[in-house]
Amino acid sequence: MATPQLIVLLVVLTPLLGALVAGLGVGKIGDRGAMSVTTGLLLVSCLLAWITFGQVIGGAWPDHFTLQVAPFIDIGAFRSAWSVRVDSLSVVMMVVVTTVSALVHVYSWGYMAEDPHKPRFFAYLSLFTFFMLALVSAADFMQLFFGWEGVGLASYLLIGFWYHKESANNAAIKAFVVNRVGDFGFALGIMTVFWAFHTIRFAEIFPQLASHAHLTWKFAGHDWPLMDLACVLLFIGAMGKSAQFLLHTWLPDAMEGPTPVSALIHAATMVTAGVYMVCLLSPMFEQAPTAKAVVTVVGAITALFAATVGLAQNDIKRVIAYSTCSQLGYMFFGAGVGAYSAAMFHLFTHAFFKALLFLGAGAVITAMHHEQDMRAMGALGRRIPFTYAMMLAGTLSITGVGIPGLDLGLSGFYSKDALINAAFTAGHASATAYFAFVVGVISAGLTSFYSWRLMFMTFHGHAKWPAGHDEHGHEHALEPREAPWVMLVPLLVLAMGAVFAGGVFAEAFIGPDKAGFWRGAIISGAGAGEALPIWVAWAPLTVTAIGFALAWWFYVAREGSGARIAARKGPIWSFLYHKWYFDELYHAVFVRGAEVLGDLFWKGGDKRLIDGLGPDGVSALSYATGRATGRLQTGYVYHYAFVMLIGIAGLLSFALWAFVR
Amino acid sequence: MLSLITFLPMLGVGAILLTRQFAGPTQADRDAAARVIALAVTVAVFALSVLLVVAFKTGVSGFQFTEDAAWFAGLHYRMGVDGISVLFVLLTAFLLPLCVIASWRVITDRVVEYMIAFLVLETLVIGVFCALDLIVFYLFFEGQLIPMFLIIGIWGGQNRVYAAFKFFLYTLLGSVLMLAAILAMIVIAHTSSIPALLAYHFSPGVQTWLWLAFLASFAVKLPMWPVHTWLPDAHVEAPTAGSVILAGILLKMGGYGFLRFSLPMFPNASVQFTPLIFALSVIAIVYTSLVAFRQTDFKKLIAYSSVAHMGFVTLGIFSGNALGEQGAIFQMLSHGVISSALFLCVGVVYDRMHTREIAAYGGLVGRMPIYAAVFMLFTMGNVGLPGTSGFIGEITSLTGAYAVSTWTVFVATSGVIFSVLYALTVYKNVVFGQLANPALAGILDLERREVLIFAPLIIATLALGLQPGLVFHFTGASVDHLVAAFQAAREGPR
Repeated sequence: MATPQLIVLLVVLTPLLGALVAGLGVGKIGDRGAMSVTTGLLLVSCLLAWITFGQVIGGAWPDHFTLQVAPFIDIGAFRSAWSVRVDSLSVVMMVVVTTVSALVHVYSWGYMAEDPHKPRFFAYLSLFTFFMLALVSAADFMQLFFGWEGVGLASYLLIGFWYHKESANNAAIKAFVVNRVGDFGFALGIMTVFWAFHTIRFAEIFPQLASHAHLTWKFAGHDWPLMDLACVLLFIGAMGKSAQFLLHTWLPDAMEGPTPVSALIHAATMVTAGVYMVCLLSPMFEQAPTAKAVVTVVGAITALFAATVGLAQNDIKRVIAYSTCSQLGYMFFGAGVGAYSAAMFHLFTHAFFKALLFLGAGAVITAMHHEQDMRAMGALGRRIPFTYAMMLAGTLSITGVGIPGLDLGLSGFYSKDALINAAFTAGHASATAYFAFVVGVISAGLTSFYSWRLMFMTFHGHAKWPAGHDEHGHEHALEPREAPWVMLVPLLVLAMGAVFAGGVFAEAFIGPDKAGFWRGAIISGAGAGEALPIWVAWAPLTVTAIGFALAWWFYVAREGSGARIAARKGPIWSFLYHKWYFDELYHAVFVRGAEVLGDLFWKGGDKRLIDGLGPDGVSALSYATGRATGRLQTGYVYHYAFVMLIGIAGLLSFALWAFVR
Repeated sequence: MLSLITFLPMLGVGAILLTRQFAGPTQADRDAAARVIALAVTVAVFALSVLLVVAFKTGVSGFQFTEDAAWFAGLHYRMGVDGISVLFVLLTAFLLPLCVIASWRVITDRVVEYMIAFLVLETLVIGVFCALDLIVFYLFFEGQLIPMFLIIGIWGGQNRVYAAFKFFLYTLLGSVLMLAAILAMIVIAHTSSIPALLAYHFSPGVQTWLWLAFLASFAVKLPMWPVHTWLPDAHVEAPTAGSVILAGILLKMGGYGFLRFSLPMFPNASVQFTPLIFALSVIAIVYTSLVAFRQTDFKKLIAYSSVAHMGFVTLGIFSGNALGEQGAIFQMLSHGVISSALFLCVGVVYDRMHTREIAAYGGLVGRMPIYAAVFMLFTMGNVGLPGTSGFIGEITSLTGAYAVSTWTVFVATSGVIFSVLYALTVYKNVVFGQLANPALAGILDLERREVLIFAPLIIATLALGLQPGLVFHFTGASVDHLVAAFQAAREGPR
């Protein structure tokens, strides 16, 4: 095996090795052993991933190749192999996944220090990383689905990591079930692709697209444009995994998991798998105008919806969770308007600043002794200045602070503005794209408001926690302290990314020569588009400033006015606070529906109808007959067996008779 | 070879009966001897069937290891295996030793008879998969009801008579009709040889009646909706090893019957009735999944889940293309492993607590971490997580059926949502949460014997899930042959 192949194989397999050692070696290698092995191997994987990135992007290795490791499924044309697909798209994902994962592993040494189940935790983290790498390096739909559901399993296990908590268990099940709703569409999409193209390998599908673009396809009694049908079905899978509008309800609940998990899985990597999938399949989506419009609208609605809900939440992690949901919406509408490179770029920068915000929130939670309600925080800026500075960097990045005229800003500035601008440009020709543009700008303002609200409620204003030397007594005293260095160093690394990654990589990812970076791995489109009107370029920054000003007004200048609005429980506040009542609606319709139907089928169908008319009816009849003859109702199975034997013997005699004749 | 594999367990029965005289003065000695002999014999059968599979020529579609001996009155004893049946022989031989080990300590009453029942059952079940003559097939097929009936009826739970009777009623209905069909086939074709019948063309009108008669038997056995209600009761009352045999092997005889008889011998009728089968399959998947979701009895829930999974099998079989058939066979083998393991998982806690009420458990993970991990793995197999064998069977049979009816597959695929709903809910209620029931405080994790049972099942679930070619390699040629003949029939009446 040549060196490039060996290296990419190691990138994928080292986390699996770590997971197996830590997961199966419990008791023999101990907590420290499990933590060291998983973290060490993850760092190796990360290093090798960056080497791969450098070699592939730098041109030292072929710009795309696929390593076939072993066969997987092989039935005629339905052929899949365990592979490592290497191209610009997969190497970008590899560095994102392994970098954040390695940092989260390190961070967890501190965050999980007091947890009694550390080997299990680290094994799950590494297992997740393996599934995620299998997902991003798939060369066909089956391995993609393997990784896809595998990360779902890891997510389920980690959300429910604290299994003694009922809420955590329910959140874990909810995540799996809602994801399965998406996978229902995904699986149908894969089947449609298979029967349309007679292959499930990406490299064999794309060349056939031109000849299949205008086919219609009969599905569930209707004729559909083939490409639109296939892409919408696949996108339903993406909606589940990436928590898009209607299938978003699991993500906020997933915050029941430990905070490092939220950073890795529910912010930086797994939830972006849907965006990755749409970009990977960009050649297909380009042939599916209706599907693209669907992606655009769903993405835009999610961006706005999640941002509005984020305005009213009080749990620090839930605010960031809704923020993630909203940012994923940005990525999707970018992909929907054809700006796949910008969507991938936002995925890339978002991984840094969102992981930073989550891990920063974890440091805050540690300092607050497991308090997550921002209403009980305040004035932490001076107590934990390092964490504050890191969170500040993340907030400036997510709100997209930068100067459009100079093209200079933090990471989020480059990627988010690229998405908004792409929507505007596409908006000349498409109403849905223009809708996305408008929503994108509005949501940028909301993003700014909820992000700064979080910062102000947490770090500014008056302390709402019991101070060290108050009258109430010793046990209520709280002395917020900085987290240990093992948690702070990952924050610093991520902060570097949140500040600089955008500026450093913008030219490559979305610059005029981006085609030279992506080299056919996604549809990267033409170089720099037309010059934007000045108002479009400055619109995001303007609304961001307004959002900041309002947050400052409500939570710093007039501290307490935000709480007073909430206390009034007005209709708008209630609507937002209760997340547009989706959970209540879904519970009433789907959960209750399944319960009622299940009971109906069981007690009405099986017991009354089928058994009543069938065996019980017959048995009642035969029981009555049995009483009359006085022989058969003894209840001994021997009798029945004997009757059966006689029956068989009799029938067999008939058989012989018939045959001999 | 095949006769040796088939009848070796009967030798074991003889050995048990013999040693009963000499084993020792006490009942305990006789019981111990019966256990050891049963284990030795079933392991030997397994070893032989591994040899059989190794010696099996893949890439050949016809029957191999054929035996043909004149019996009496013009009847022939014919045996043989092809790609469709050979792995079922292996599955049977694989599960039987596990059943014996699973019953090692649990069964204390009439151990000698119990082991004899299992050995007789093994002979009959392997005979079903090897028989190449209608009469021989029928003898094995119906004969296995008796030991199964006794296993439920004697070693079963409190309500065992009701369950056994229900089992009997349903099966009797099916077997009478099948016997009539078999007789009709012999009369019409003047042969009872299965290979000869596979080449015989029944007229479409006759096919319809024969197909329906066979359906009656196979649908009950599989079971298909709405003739499935015997299964939950039978499972609930059966001892753990009985459930393993029932779910792991006996259900497969229905699917095997479709593949061996209905599809190749009555292709026109099969095409004609595909919509019926598809409708019943879809109902089975959705309906029984929802019923499973509402169960409060641990074992009943797993039983209902079995019915739902068999829905994928019938979908795959009647899709009539290679993907569907391969998927159906794979799903049967996979289900044989996973559902057996799940019933064993129920058995583990039942043996300790003697209740099947889900509500009586909860929080087991704290006391039984190994059990929790094992049960999690098979739960994932049950919900068809990629990487386990459950996934391969579902995705391939669904993809196969997609070519025939997208509507059907649209509804059937929703089963992947419901399966997660019930499987994860029961897992949570049994394993996660706080240890609420004080009676559980002293519950012990898996002992060495139990780990020994689960280990091969874990290996099989993952190996088949990651390398399904292990199965497709054997089934490929026979399936292609079956599909080619079926497609020809579909294109026009002969």
